[in-house]
Amino acid sequence: MAAHLSSGRVNLTALREAGRRELREFLDKCAGSKAIVWDEYLTGPFGLIAQYSLLKEHEVEKMFTLKPGRLPPADVKNIIFFVRPKLELMDIITDNVLREDRGRSPQRDFHILFVPRRSLLCEQWLKEQGVLGSFIHREQYSLDLIPFDGDLLSMESESAFKECYLESDQTSLYHAAKGLMTLQALYGTIPQIFGKGECARHVANMMIRMKREFPGSQNSIFPVFDTLLLLDRNVDLLTPLATQLTYEGLIDEIYGIQNTYVKLPPEKFAPKKQGEGGKDLPTEPKKLQLNSAEELYAEIRDKNFNAVGSVLSKKAKIISAAFEERHHAKTVGEIKQFVSQLPHMQAARSSLANHTSIAELIKDITTSEDFFDNLTVEQEFMSGIDTDKVNNYIEDCIAQKHPLIKILRLVCLQSVCNSGLKQKVLDHYKREILQTYGYEHILTLNNLEKAGLLKPQTSGRNNYPTIRKTLRLWMDDVNEQNPNDISYVYSGYAPLSVRLAQLLARPGWRSIEEVLKMLPGPHFEERQQLPTGLQKKRQHGENRVTLVFFLGGVTYAEIAALRFLSQMEDGGTEYVIATTKLINGTSWIKSLMDKLEPAPF
Amino acid sequence: MSRARADEEEYWHSSKFRAFTFDDEDDELSQLKESKRAVNSLRDIVDDDDDDLERVSWSGEPVGSISWSIKETASSSTSSLEGRDSSLQKGSSSYAAFPKQVSSYSLSSLFKGEFCLSFSALSDTGVKNYAPELRRPKAEYKDYSSDWNPKDTVRRMQRGKICSLERFRSLQDKLVLLDEAVAGHDGNVITAVLIFLKRTLRREILFRELEVRQVALCHLIHFLKETGEQKLLLDLLRLCFFSLSLQLSQYREHLNIQDVEKRREFLKGCIGLPFSAEDTSHIQDHYTLLERQIIIEANDRHLETAGQSEIFRKYPRKASILNMPLVTTLFYSCFYHYTEAEGTFSSPTNLKKTFKIPDKQYVLTALAARAKLRAWDDVDALFTTKNWLGYTKKKAPIGFHRVVEILQRNNAPVQVLQEYVRLVEDVETRLNLATKYKCHDVVIETYKDLKDRIQLTAYKCKVERGSAEEEKINSILNNMVRNAY
Repeated sequence: MAAHLSSGRVNLTALREAGRRELREFLDKCAGSKAIVWDEYLTGPFGLIAQYSLLKEHEVEKMFTLKPGRLPPADVKNIIFFVRPKLELMDIITDNVLREDRGRSPQRDFHILFVPRRSLLCEQWLKEQGVLGSFIHREQYSLDLIPFDGDLLSMESESAFKECYLESDQTSLYHAAKGLMTLQALYGTIPQIFGKGECARHVANMMIRMKREFPGSQNSIFPVFDTLLLLDRNVDLLTPLATQLTYEGLIDEIYGIQNTYVKLPPEKFAPKKQGEGGKDLPTEPKKLQLNSAEELYAEIRDKNFNAVGSVLSKKAKIISAAFEERHHAKTVGEIKQFVSQLPHMQAARSSLANHTSIAELIKDITTSEDFFDNLTVEQEFMSGIDTDKVNNYIEDCIAQKHPLIKILRLVCLQSVCNSGLKQKVLDHYKREILQTYGYEHILTLNNLEKAGLLKPQTSGRNNYPTIRKTLRLWMDDVNEQNPNDISYVYSGYAPLSVRLAQLLARPGWRSIEEVLKMLPGPHFEERQQLPTGLQKKRQHGENRVTLVFFLGGVTYAEIAALRFLSQMEDGGTEYVIATTKLINGTSWIKSLMDKLEPAPF
Repeated sequence: MSRARADEEEYWHSSKFRAFTFDDEDDELSQLKESKRAVNSLRDIVDDDDDDLERVSWSGEPVGSISWSIKETASSSTSSLEGRDSSLQKGSSSYAAFPKQVSSYSLSSLFKGEFCLSFSALSDTGVKNYAPELRRPKAEYKDYSSDWNPKDTVRRMQRGKICSLERFRSLQDKLVLLDEAVAGHDGNVITAVLIFLKRTLRREILFRELEVRQVALCHLIHFLKETGEQKLLLDLLRLCFFSLSLQLSQYREHLNIQDVEKRREFLKGCIGLPFSAEDTSHIQDHYTLLERQIIIEANDRHLETAGQSEIFRKYPRKASILNMPLVTTLFYSCFYHYTEAEGTFSSPTNLKKTFKIPDKQYVLTALAARAKLRAWDDVDALFTTKNWLGYTKKKAPIGFHRVVEILQRNNAPVQVLQEYVRLVEDVETRLNLATKYKCHDVVIETYKDLKDRIQLTAYKCKVERGSAEEEKINSILNNMVRNAY
């Protein structure tokens, strides 16, 4: 089930294995048959660590979602709650426990597993409700970095960026540092740490301090990673705002990928059988898992969407041909061979059918007039055209009451590409937004200002053109089919964050000191001493491995760009990506919006 | 490779799939369609029922995954449970019953109630990690010595251990403890220390010290918000006159007030808060708008129930106007109160003046409202201006192509539409719109002005045979011929 995790340069199965081991140990503590009651949010991330079969091996017989009321009458010895340490969840647990029938025999034992951390205050809360004593085991399960793919780790901490920049709450950074310590415990001390941004500095400091506090526990594992690059999302606010144009990026933009799963409208996936067309069409969304375990998906996910069609059509040709082979199979041996290949061919066929359907769904949207207009405006801003005045398209969208998030994405993009908007322009947008969408959104606008996404131009100088030119963020001659530069992921715009990673590897940041100073936060380098025996002697031609940690979120397009760099001949560096959360412009802006009460009607 | 190539060729010449051409690599869309067709046609060959490789339920969950199993095991067990099991089976959809908080890892949002410091009997199982580096450091073996300094205390708390904070008696000690916690960046610990300080320090002293400790202050504010300690929160905000966003967080409170009258009063109170000049004007507008809406709502509800106003009878209101955005309110007033004199609160012109709504916005909204009512005369009047000589002229601050779009969306008849298509200045846009919406006269006249015989001839097939339009084209073409010679 997890073969895709070991396909990359760093075998992330080990991390998953460590997680599974800890889970097993906990389950074995509660002897006898068990039922797990799940905080539903956790099932997604846990699904990436373990399947039901693992739980079943450890006598988990039933599973329920956490909800108020009486627990279902499962005949088990233990009831275990898997929850995030949140008070509203404690209330539900309390309700569950209080309603448990005391008269039943045999009695059921209760346990709690807090993810990722035990919280004294939650336990205190339970104590005040008078139920704390009902729990035999109360433990924590530190699920910090979850392996998503062979080269991708995420903490799935949705609000990390918001907490760091709006609430001055750096708990998520503390967890990031802890996750990195775990990673180093499994894969060796990372000798070089680079970073850019305030949060990056914090995380590096915490790592160094944590290391200091555990003297004697010298790590004797040969280091797998050569370099760690910590990047603050606020160093590059621009990239997530732009519409991603890779296949995976567009799937995420349009349908949203959650814990590697995507839910799609079912119409295009209706099983077409002859004679029963149109009958019982499924109404539930079609759910698909997307990762490199699927050969075809691994091949096309990072391509620019305009290059996906031709690959799919070539594949169709090949598969059709393969199935045709059966006509040529004459001897028993040949037939036998054909049959033995059938399962593989069928898998390939259904994979192709799915992705052809998805590509069609996306194509419907990318060929729409509005998608095109929106993209045109984005590209104008990113290439530095007319960023200093009120944009007609944005005004039109407001007048037509397009979704507010779309408006905010565009206005923020314009602001970032102009190092802040002229006061008059900013005021104009704000007024239009408040008048059209409601005055209460002043709270959201304020959040965006605080995060630096939307701001008045204070210095009176626009730094963006300098940054754009020095880092070559805009490439006019982009090749979408056979890319030669990372700018293909946004059809022209090269993500700033990835450019920084690229330039760090070659020729080094010293060449861009001036630009680094224009970007927010400090940049730094730290070295962690390795015992002499562990120092790496590089084989000739062996690639370096760099872990890029995006604090505050990363987009699929940025991941695609880093994978592109990994695969470049003579690139010299392979990348593994870690992040607090996989994001896109919409989910990111949403996390920064003030959570307004639902309208009373 | 060449053999494969040859096989492929042979296949394309021998199979029934010959119908489509893969050579045409340019057209993305047709490629997609082809591969789709190809793939679908394969279904005949292979029976579709056997996804043996990896069993996947319809919802796409691999059979055996955790979320799949929850549904499975749940639905097989609880058939007799007070009718709740049907919602159980639906799993995720029924989950909306209680608030879904998205934040997953921040622990600072968890705390409610007093942090009990005589917390002693908790078992010592908190830190067990698979990572060797994270295993208990030596310092932990002296767990029960009583002389932890602030630093050690914070470390211990970070590891989820229980610490008595009571030993920190002096203000000085407490502040060192707080600073140490803040330096550790762990919200869980920072909040725990803050709760201790809140309990043991006089309010004025706590506030004074927090003023110079912004991070800690933010944590406390967040904590008070989460736990709903409104009074303390407002006191805190009132005392600390620094950050703009804190003032806004008081303004935010209005969202929790359901009663409109109370909400209005609350907003009135907010106007006096020291916001930036610009925010003050928005909040003032918000207050004024709600005030208006309350008046309009009371009037209109009365009118509607009385049943004497034709417009309300013909178009009953779908929802109350309370708490709607300004532009929505303007639309409402253009719909129901268009002809009212400027003096009334509900008249569009009054709204326009009070809130300084820009011309463009006003025209767009009024146009949409009147078009919906099919009041074409009003639409006409909206764009008619008279100069001082008394001549009338058509003008649209939003551009006539937008006018056409809006009218079209409201199913305006061709006669009306065509009048405005004619006014679109850019010839190409005009032709496009006219063609798209079948305003034949405009198309014909435009080609005539352009003296474009070819296009005009071509357009003949778009109009009905024997119609007036066809005749018109013919006569123009004849005229052109004559003029040409």
